[in-house]
Amino acid sequence: MIGLLASILDGVLVGAVYGLAAMGITLIWGVMHVVNLTHGAMIVAGMFAVYLFVGATGMPAYAALAPVIVGGFLAGVALYWVAIHRMIGQPPLMSLLATFSVNLVLIGLGTDVWGTVLFNVPVSLPGFSLGRYTFPGTHLMAAALTAVIAGALYFFLYRTRAGKAVRAVAGNREAAELVGIPTTRILALSCGLGVALACVSGALIATLFPFTVLSGDAYQLKSFVVTVLGGMGNPTGALVAGVALGLLEGVATPFMPVSWTLVIEFVLFVVVLIAFPGGLLSVRLRRGRKPG
Amino acid sequence: MRKLLLIPAIGICLAAPGFAAAEDTITIGMTVSQTGPLNVDSVAQLRGAEFWRDEVNAAGGIKAGNKRYKVRFVTYDDQSVGGRVQQLYTRLIVQDKAQFLFGPYSSGLTATAAVISEQYGKIMLIGGGAEPKTYQLGNKYLFQCITIADYYLSGAIQALKEKNPHAKVAFVYSDDPFSKAVVAAAHKQAVDAGFTIALEESYAPSTTDFSPIINKIISSGADAFLGGGHYPDGATLARQLYDQKAGLKYVAILVAPDSPKFTTLGPAALGVTVPSQWEPQVKYKPDFGPTPEQFAKETFAKTKVEADYHTASGYITGLLLQHAIEQAGSIDPEKVKAALDKTDVTTFFGHDQFSTDPKSHGMQIGHQMVLAQWQMKNGKLEKEMVWPDAAKTADLNYPLH
Repeated sequence: MIGLLASILDGVLVGAVYGLAAMGITLIWGVMHVVNLTHGAMIVAGMFAVYLFVGATGMPAYAALAPVIVGGFLAGVALYWVAIHRMIGQPPLMSLLATFSVNLVLIGLGTDVWGTVLFNVPVSLPGFSLGRYTFPGTHLMAAALTAVIAGALYFFLYRTRAGKAVRAVAGNREAAELVGIPTTRILALSCGLGVALACVSGALIATLFPFTVLSGDAYQLKSFVVTVLGGMGNPTGALVAGVALGLLEGVATPFMPVSWTLVIEFVLFVVVLIAFPGGLLSVRLRRGRKPG
Repeated sequence: MRKLLLIPAIGICLAAPGFAAAEDTITIGMTVSQTGPLNVDSVAQLRGAEFWRDEVNAAGGIKAGNKRYKVRFVTYDDQSVGGRVQQLYTRLIVQDKAQFLFGPYSSGLTATAAVISEQYGKIMLIGGGAEPKTYQLGNKYLFQCITIADYYLSGAIQALKEKNPHAKVAFVYSDDPFSKAVVAAAHKQAVDAGFTIALEESYAPSTTDFSPIINKIISSGADAFLGGGHYPDGATLARQLYDQKAGLKYVAILVAPDSPKFTTLGPAALGVTVPSQWEPQVKYKPDFGPTPEQFAKETFAKTKVEADYHTASGYITGLLLQHAIEQAGSIDPEKVKAALDKTDVTTFFGHDQFSTDPKSHGMQIGHQMVLAQWQMKNGKLEKEMVWPDAAKTADLNYPLH
């Protein structure tokens, strides 16, 4: 029984971080209908950022989160202007290919500089034990920081003018233009936010597990699954779906071979696509009325 | 005027043999995973092979009868992908006219390359493919220079048995051909040794979070862990076993802990054992080629990277091919093949001998694994040889907890 509880709790803690990663993809999709295939590379960028920060300053890894968020935001804005701006309004495949190309460039450069050797960010935090089971302090801290960042994003989107503008553009870009919202700037801002979320989730993941330049692919795939489960364009849904996926992994693993976990996740993915095409929580980021 | 032209003409005639007689060259083809998840170990293997090539060429080339042949490599990036291996080995044979081949890194890619090399009847030496199935298909030109997967964990099991004959073992391993082959054989050896198998499960190679599996290990009551896969998953397992205080008395992980980079895990690396094809501290007395100490020292001097077993296995493929050519006195493939069949030698890498049984032709039957463990020495993490007794540099640290 304690083993099951331990598994569930672990799953929820790590699932929260997956949810944070997925919020980045879903935000960008919700605002500009772009599938950002640089997501994995940006997660890895966040991992390397915290590794280099710790190496250069000797400060704790968590002190790197603020600069990672700022750096990720700027990278996201740059990504928008380089690869996405001209693809807005074009068929989705164009933006997909554009971001995929940027992804290949980034991974290629990363491999050239660092190879595919393993990197590790040493973090030591006291955890707590439940019987023979230990919950590492790093998992608890990552989940707590995820909650803080998600809360900050919610505050931004629903309590600030800029956030309102983001939601307005997501709802109806033409109408937003008509009321004087500089939509192009908002799109760049949204891209910056999405990439910042990817980078900071990578930074948190780096405190949990070792990583390589190629680590982003697995998290990117998980992010897409979580995004679809939570509803495309729904950041809250993404966070909830991430936690739910972690919970599923925690519940399933004690009762079946671990190799079945992926099978169950993707069966669930397909079932949700069929039964709830909008996602389990399909209240969208946009709340505008469609023009009549 | 004619006399004036005669002088340069004579000069050119004297120099001509130097220009016209191009060096005799052997072309060896191979793919390397310059990109993709197998990059680290594959590039280490290439490093060893290149070191051998450079040494041989500096000494004037391989002696075959009355001729000397310089060695030329043709390499391509297989991107760690089987489909690319198939295309590229065909290209190496048909377009690049490679006379001999070295295999790619990993059992999966080796199996793919072997189909092509056998189809074209090209000798291929393998430094990085341990799964035995590939060598049980009636091959004629495939030669495995490293220990087969079946014996990877033999040493780890023997070492554990000496400390705890009633160990409760958890086998957790990557769902790839190499790891599955290792554990399938290790399971039988563990049962024969009197161990209880508390847990046996595979995980997808792309697994990033091992917390659920580690909780399962704890729930099973296992006191020893054997498994892993390749590089990233093995290192992540080691870290998470430490973070979650799994309380295991013995941990043996495949491949990853052999890399010098494993020390980046800090305290999580301490006490982890790794089965190894070769370590710098081995005491083999070679029939030819460098001693283990010379190899380790010269590799580091040349490459600025410490030699690991992948580097050593890259070097040994070249050394054994060289020896076979020299014994054959020719680069004729059938004569070289016959010489390889007769190989029964000890080098810095250990004893090497190839099976000549048609059902397992070319499988390695001479080489043995060693077992190393990360231990603290003078405040630094160092890899010590802990098994077999004849080769060890330190006692096995047991129990870890």
